[in-house]
Amino acid sequence: MTQNSDIVDVIIGMIGTLPQVTEVATPDTNIARDLGLDSLAVMNFVMQLEDRFDVSIPMDRLAGIQTINDLAAAVADLKGRSPE
Amino acid sequence: MTILDKFKALQGAYETVQSAGHDPFTVCFDEVLSPSEAVLKGKRVILLGTNNYLGLTFDSSCVDKAVEALMQAGTGTTGSRIANGTYGNHAELERRLAAFYGTRAAMVFSTGYQANLGILSTIAGRGDHILIDADSHASIYDGCRLGHAEVIRFRHNDPDDLARRLSRLKDAPGNRLIVVEGIYSMLGDTAPLKEIAAVKREWNAHLLVDEAHSLGVLGSNGRGLVEQAGVEADVDFIVGTFSKSLGAVGGFCVSNLPDFDVLRIACRPYMFTASLPPSVIASVTQALARVQEDPGLRARLNINAQRLYHGLEAEGFILGPQVSPIVSIRMPSTEVAIAFWNALLGAGIYLNLALPPATPDNAPLLRSSVSAAHSGTQIDTVIATITAIGSELGVIAPRSHRPDMTEERQGDLLGEVLWQPGQGQRHNHAPVTGNPL
Ligand SMILES: Cc1ncc(COP(=O)(O)O)c(C=O)c1O
Repeated sequence: MTQNSDIVDVIIGMIGTLPQVTEVATPDTNIARDLGLDSLAVMNFVMQLEDRFDVSIPMDRLAGIQTINDLAAAVADLKGRSPE
Repeated sequence: MTILDKFKALQGAYETVQSAGHDPFTVCFDEVLSPSEAVLKGKRVILLGTNNYLGLTFDSSCVDKAVEALMQAGTGTTGSRIANGTYGNHAELERRLAAFYGTRAAMVFSTGYQANLGILSTIAGRGDHILIDADSHASIYDGCRLGHAEVIRFRHNDPDDLARRLSRLKDAPGNRLIVVEGIYSMLGDTAPLKEIAAVKREWNAHLLVDEAHSLGVLGSNGRGLVEQAGVEADVDFIVGTFSKSLGAVGGFCVSNLPDFDVLRIACRPYMFTASLPPSVIASVTQALARVQEDPGLRARLNINAQRLYHGLEAEGFILGPQVSPIVSIRMPSTEVAIAFWNALLGAGIYLNLALPPATPDNAPLLRSSVSAAHSGTQIDTVIATITAIGSELGVIAPRSHRPDMTEERQGDLLGEVLWQPGQGQRHNHAPVTGNPL
């Protein structure tokens, strides 16, 4: 199982490559509010993330996610469900 | 502070659009003359954005049937079918729909939006998974939100991505329901339905196809993309609307599943809203008959779609990836899109202004929908007017400065090469809350 902090690092790295984002993200960055991404860009970033970790995050779970920490926890939880 | 403060940003964006001229969301016609013409502020305009694909809104046989039913059964049902009972012609239309599609059952809803709301929220329950195309219509997104299933988006028209997401579910319990559209309303592209049906079979999922824009438009009998792609045996549910090719209002779902009729006492958006007035049911029943009796309607629609698409393509506009009755032109920016739309209305052409985030790939679009009722002359007027304004606004090069673009523009289509002004990079943006049209 992947550690949460590893997932946080990967997410921050991936956010760094988005052309729209100029700031460096931290684990407490609010994804929708602090990064200047519109809702569309967020959804598409999530799709990339899903491919990177080979999980699908259902839309109702996304609704409750605010920070990068929250996102990492959701990914870790979804990965944890399927032993690899 | 008021409860509406949360709409400040939206209000601001709306005011920007309004300040450029006409308000695209409240265009009010003095009079609608025919399926293809209306009067706006005393001036005739060509209607090129009303999804009136077969031009049946003024069909005399449909109007006659509606009048007859109005006189006979009154103006409305004043309630739902479970409360106020089913009128004979509701049941008759359901039998005709089932016969048209060759299915066991059909259920009529008060709009297409409600058909998606009802069917999606009811057939997929807690523990089930719905897999929807990322570019789905707003009613599909909303139907998913109303229910209790887990909802997963897959990349637009990408059967491999769909298969990957199904495989990630591994042996999670519950049913899988795949949802796609026949023709997508923003760019006019069709779903790769053969491939999607193959994925459906491989993963033992259910498949629902929303044929809102393809009923009466595709297939040699007008039964939509499902017929054209030859996958009728693989599709478990077809949803559609009466508000486009059938020229009225209403929605439906047909299915071959045994026990489908139990939904009549389980599906809340069917049970708790008033049923359609008998006059609407009568005109829809007649319009469905017209679709079956008159393949010439589809042929004329197709000729007009080809004429508009190829005409604009030859002038250098960037269009959707395939010829269809929905012809969308990519605009370089929101400002140009708004100016272009206003100029067209001033020149007597009404079509749809589609702005991000309701559009794929964050591209502003001028979206037109062709009708069988358009004359060749009207289509030619449209092409000439759009070309003149497009040159003026710098959307296309003036004719004299234009290289022969047929080779160069290969692949330069919306949804394939997805440029952004000044960037030339590929974007994969897709709407979060669904398309509005
Ligand atoms: C794909 C799709 N589904 C459903 C609908 C809703 O149809 P209606 O206008 O009947 O509510 C529309 C159009 O509005 C649509 O484009």
